[in-house]
Amino acid sequence: MENYRASVMLCGGTGCMAGDSLKIKDAFTDELNKRGLSHEINVVITGCNGFCAQGPVMTVYPDDIFYEKVKVADVPLIIEEHFIKGRPVEKLMYKELAKKSAIPLMKDIPFFSLQVLRALRNKGLIDPEKIEEYIARDGYMAAAKALNEMTPEQVIDEMKRSGLRGRGGAGFPTGLKWELSAKVKGGEKFIICNGDEGDPGAFMDRSIMEGDPHVVLEGMLIGARAIGASKGYIYVRAEYPLAVQRLQIAIDQAKEFGLLGDNILGSGFNFDIEIYQGAGAFVCGEATALMRSIEGKRGMPRPKFWRSAVKGLWDKPTVLNNVETFANIPQIILNGASWYTSLGTEKSTGTKVFALSGAINNIGLIEVPMGIPLSKIIYDIGGGVPKGRKFKAVQLGGPSGGCIPESLIDTPVTFEDIVKTGAIIGSGGMVVMNDLNCMVSVSKFFLEFTTEESCGKCPPCRIGNTVLQDLLEKITKGEGEEGDIELIEDISHEIIKTSLCGLGQTSPNPVLTSIRYFRSEFEEHAGDKWCRTGVCKDLCTFYIEEEKCKACGACKRVCPQKAIIGEKKVPHRIDQSLCVQCRSCYTVCKFDSVKIGPRAMRDQLLEQWVSDSGKTVAMAGKEE
Amino acid sequence: MAKLTIDDLKKIKDNYKATMTVRDGGSRAKVTVHMGTCGITAGARKVMEALLDEISKNNITDTIVTTSGCAGFCSKEPMVTVELLGSSPVKYITMDEDKMRKVVKEHLLGGKIVEDCALVAGNESSY
Ligand SMILES: Cc1cc2nc3c(=O)[nH]c(=O)nc-3n(C[C@H](O)[C@H](O)[C@H](O)COP(=O)(O)O)c2cc1C
Repeated sequence: MENYRASVMLCGGTGCMAGDSLKIKDAFTDELNKRGLSHEINVVITGCNGFCAQGPVMTVYPDDIFYEKVKVADVPLIIEEHFIKGRPVEKLMYKELAKKSAIPLMKDIPFFSLQVLRALRNKGLIDPEKIEEYIARDGYMAAAKALNEMTPEQVIDEMKRSGLRGRGGAGFPTGLKWELSAKVKGGEKFIICNGDEGDPGAFMDRSIMEGDPHVVLEGMLIGARAIGASKGYIYVRAEYPLAVQRLQIAIDQAKEFGLLGDNILGSGFNFDIEIYQGAGAFVCGEATALMRSIEGKRGMPRPKFWRSAVKGLWDKPTVLNNVETFANIPQIILNGASWYTSLGTEKSTGTKVFALSGAINNIGLIEVPMGIPLSKIIYDIGGGVPKGRKFKAVQLGGPSGGCIPESLIDTPVTFEDIVKTGAIIGSGGMVVMNDLNCMVSVSKFFLEFTTEESCGKCPPCRIGNTVLQDLLEKITKGEGEEGDIELIEDISHEIIKTSLCGLGQTSPNPVLTSIRYFRSEFEEHAGDKWCRTGVCKDLCTFYIEEEKCKACGACKRVCPQKAIIGEKKVPHRIDQSLCVQCRSCYTVCKFDSVKIGPRAMRDQLLEQWVSDSGKTVAMAGKEE
Repeated sequence: MAKLTIDDLKKIKDNYKATMTVRDGGSRAKVTVHMGTCGITAGARKVMEALLDEISKNNITDTIVTTSGCAGFCSKEPMVTVELLGSSPVKYITMDEDKMRKVVKEHLLGGKIVEDCALVAGNESSY
């Protein structure tokens, strides 16, 4: 017997026969033979399916797709779309008569079906301002278990076995951090939730605090119990007013219900939480700077001679965890470590939330199992790069991370694999870039950010980053010299080695990874004075390749400078004296006839122009 | 209120589970407006006002109206989820006041999904 990968069950009931189902069968047989698929796909005539009104009807197994009112003419389409491309033909699919709707199911849309919601399990399902709705979704059950049925040691053991690593960027094992603090005997201890979320383009933590604030409180309560802390702080940036508001409502409700305060759930355990609003300095997300900020001092990091877990806030043992880390904890306690490790890899267990943005169709917040290849996130969940542009790189880890190029697009998303690329998983910002992004400019953007956000305490970060930024500025202005790129690399390595905190230790990552994967682009900028993407205005010349130009006039219409000359059927030209390098013509041209050349070309073209027309011209946008 | 015991917690859970779900809550439908920062910025409040207005105009009393956080598809906000008794929840995207009114009339009252702005039906998988 043949092993078919799919079967077409075509109805041979009277109704469908009258609708020519036998001819449909013949058409299938012919078409499958023609395409050499007859040994893969089986066509069977069945008894009456019962749904005669919609006949001829057929079902495709194993997909279980039901087609109605099939005609002979539909057969090639079904074979092409369904059996070759794997996409069921929507217009023939069964529509519930009452609803007449062809909207897909979640399991059919990769954006939803490839996600697994753990930290975000209440996403969009509960009213964040009603504690009862959180409780109805098993809320505070894990805390009840940790407080009444487990010892602190058991809680820590469960956390260690779950393999959960901090989601705030560094990926430190959570159970281990708790154990360090728990081991310090007696005295006051603190637990802090890091909701500073300073990475540009990141909004994972905000969404959790806004959408499910109680999960953060419950995670903190469990952590407090494990280490023996009586007081917790949530450090949130003041730019997140909705998060602050909803967290405060949640804290008030939890207190009213006795889920915070004294003798929680009759366990004899006391714990309280307070919100501390940060002023939005990036460095205040760093553990030691954050603690100083809560102490009322200027937020600056300290050298790590000792661990905060042992001596942190007001010199007391303090555990600091990220919002998403806390959001994972109740489910781990409730379902056990082995449930948690059922997803992910050995060293990177569970799921990770990402804020997907940039040049991607489906911008949003996603949660995926660790180990999923980047390509699946970008193409299947994210729906690829819009407007037919080409994927260039994906930025992970924000100002501490890097750009991963297309050649590494199948890299699995785990702490250990991403770090090999030179980027980091970081807190979960994922920004997709297309062929219109200039990698030198992107590097410069992140360096401007870190230079601005450097607290200034240590010279490598304060001065080193400024020097790096100046070098990049110089290169993008067309003043690059031989050896600049090597100098950037040298300084970067020194900054990494000698900076005091994570900010400086990671700030060169974006430029280093960009040089690693896009070195030629840096060389073009520095040496050829050429920005191939047309982003660096001082390093490009826009011109039209006459052979390719269809004289459609699209560029002429979008040009804000009226710099494009040409009539119907006459290839267009760009007047270099008027062009301000806005790139509008380049992005709008459908025939790939607008090109970007090096800076020097502009002067040549201009000279030629002048000698052709005998005119003198002043350059637009340039002051005399 | 008095200190909660674990039994109280379980009671709240059971009671509220009922009122939260359409099936057990005795209502015919539930409409959730997603109001995270992304939703609100994109105009979720206006959508909510239109929803409430349309509900009172049509004297609808058997529907739960609630808010929730970001639904994850931030570029398609404002988003609204409509769940009718016995059917999968349907997520509507890029909503505005007019679309909301249309959804109330056609989907909530008429039982017919408004396809132009519906994205997807079903429940997300948590595991
Ligand atoms: C400059 C800098 C900024 C940081 N910003 C954040 C932040 O916004 N949120 C966060 O959770 N962790 C941030 N971190 C990481 C924290 O120092 C710390 O590792 C983390 O909060 C610990 O929690 P976790 O183990 O749960 O990840 C930052 C680190 C550095 C060096």
